[in-house]
Amino acid sequence: MARISVDTGKCIGSAQCVLAAPDVFDQDDDGFVTVLDASPSGDAESTARTARGICPAQAITVHD
Amino acid sequence: MTSTDLVPFMMRRPGVPFPPPEYEGFRTKPGLTKAALPSGETVWLVTRHEEVRAVLTDPRISSNPTHEGFPRPSRTVGAPSADDVPGWFVSLDPPDHNRFRKALIPEFTVRRIRALRPAVEQIVDHAIDQMLAKGNTAELVEDFSLTVPSLVISALLGVPKVDRDFFEEKTKVLVTLTSTDEQRDKASEHLLRYINRLITIKSKRPGDDLISKLLQGGLLTPQELSGVSMLLLIAGHETTANNISLGVVTLLQQKQWIDDDRMIEELLRYHSVADLVALRVAIEDVEIGGQLVRAGEGIVPLVAGANHDPDMFERPDEFDPSRSATGHVAFGYGVHQCLGQNLVRLEMDVAYRGLFRRIPTLEVAVPLEELRFKYDGVLFGLHALPVRW
Ligand code: HEM
Ligand code: SF4
Repeated sequence: MARISVDTGKCIGSAQCVLAAPDVFDQDDDGFVTVLDASPSGDAESTARTARGICPAQAITVHD
Repeated sequence: MTSTDLVPFMMRRPGVPFPPPEYEGFRTKPGLTKAALPSGETVWLVTRHEEVRAVLTDPRISSNPTHEGFPRPSRTVGAPSADDVPGWFVSLDPPDHNRFRKALIPEFTVRRIRALRPAVEQIVDHAIDQMLAKGNTAELVEDFSLTVPSLVISALLGVPKVDRDFFEEKTKVLVTLTSTDEQRDKASEHLLRYINRLITIKSKRPGDDLISKLLQGGLLTPQELSGVSMLLLIAGHETTANNISLGVVTLLQQKQWIDDDRMIEELLRYHSVADLVALRVAIEDVEIGGQLVRAGEGIVPLVAGANHDPDMFERPDEFDPSRSATGHVAFGYGVHQCLGQNLVRLEMDVAYRGLFRRIPTLEVAVPLEELRFKYDGVLFGLHALPVRW
């Protein structure tokens, strides 16, 4: 299991995380990232890591 | 460095998917490659995935064309600055850029874009109806690939149906490579005037469209909004059209992938149509990939180079949707990463579903060698795509 945090100040609303890890991330009405599952495990954890890797704003941190 | 050491830029693409073969040489040698633009200006070319991403996220590297040394590969890419066109936020750096992005992203969320599906389906269906009504051949670029994004963006902006023909006609002039500068200037003037009128109308009688919502949001001035509308119109047009056309050619060659959703990401990576779009200039000295780039030197991160970097994507020149193509930079990276990317994914999905389901016998009507590719264009694509069924 990993812990997820996001920096909404950096987020540019690209929704890459929502597409890559829909169980972990969502967008609020303003388009910014919100975390649905802050401690994902299993598949959700690996998709969260993918999202971290592709987030164009480097706004996602995965704490091991 | 003397001028004889410089490679001339831009390079030609040899064929359907591939980035210019020179890129591989650039990628495998240390540092960056210095190249000469037709104007004689020099720029640094960046071809490795990691370094393209580094360039596009470095705050010492700017998107603002008013800085000394900003690359100008040709007239059509001579990017306007936000001084010339208020609201042209692709040319602004943070923090000035933030306000625009913030105002726009609520209109481009995954949810919002999903809600557009029925409207996009209707547009695609209608374009196919018209093709079918004309007989059993078509020129797909004109009849479909350009028409669909044009109608989608005008629906999004809230252009009334009665004005769509005008709108589509002017936009076509703007994005057709064979248009003369004069024709292009005129079309752009007409469009800008039209958009300004639309903004005035919508400020009095708001509708359920992007322009009305942005006016009500109050984050942007009407003048900025007209620049933003033009940017959305131009940014989303030829890029999407080229992607759709090239995708049809590639999918017809490898039909087993037509129903596989993963083909969309792979098509974006494979064709990388916007290879030369993300132009930059260093505003402080910065080291990239072991190369010192001085303040005032132009940088061209090559998206097709990065997307065909074998360190990132194995067998990069093969079209293989079963790979995970996520992480490609076909839409750029960093704060300017394409605002329209989720709309593009929707348009491609609806376009291919429509075309291949409704015209199952669709085929390219000429041998592949006879297709006219935009080998020297800023955006890679096809001038024309004759098809039959
Ligand atoms: C396949 C189609 C498309 C491709 C390959 C593409 C590619 C790109 C790229 C590479 C950038 C980054 C430019 C930079 O970093 O300087 C970009 C930015 C942008 N694109 Fe797209 N694009 C496409 C379609 C669209 C569509 C349909 C729209 C609009 C509805 C759009 C709107 C924009 C805007 C507004 C920006 C600037 C974003 C910013 O500066 O924050 N694009 N696009
Ligand atoms: S991928 Fe990054 S920038 Fe895009 S919405 Fe998620 S957190 Fe924000």
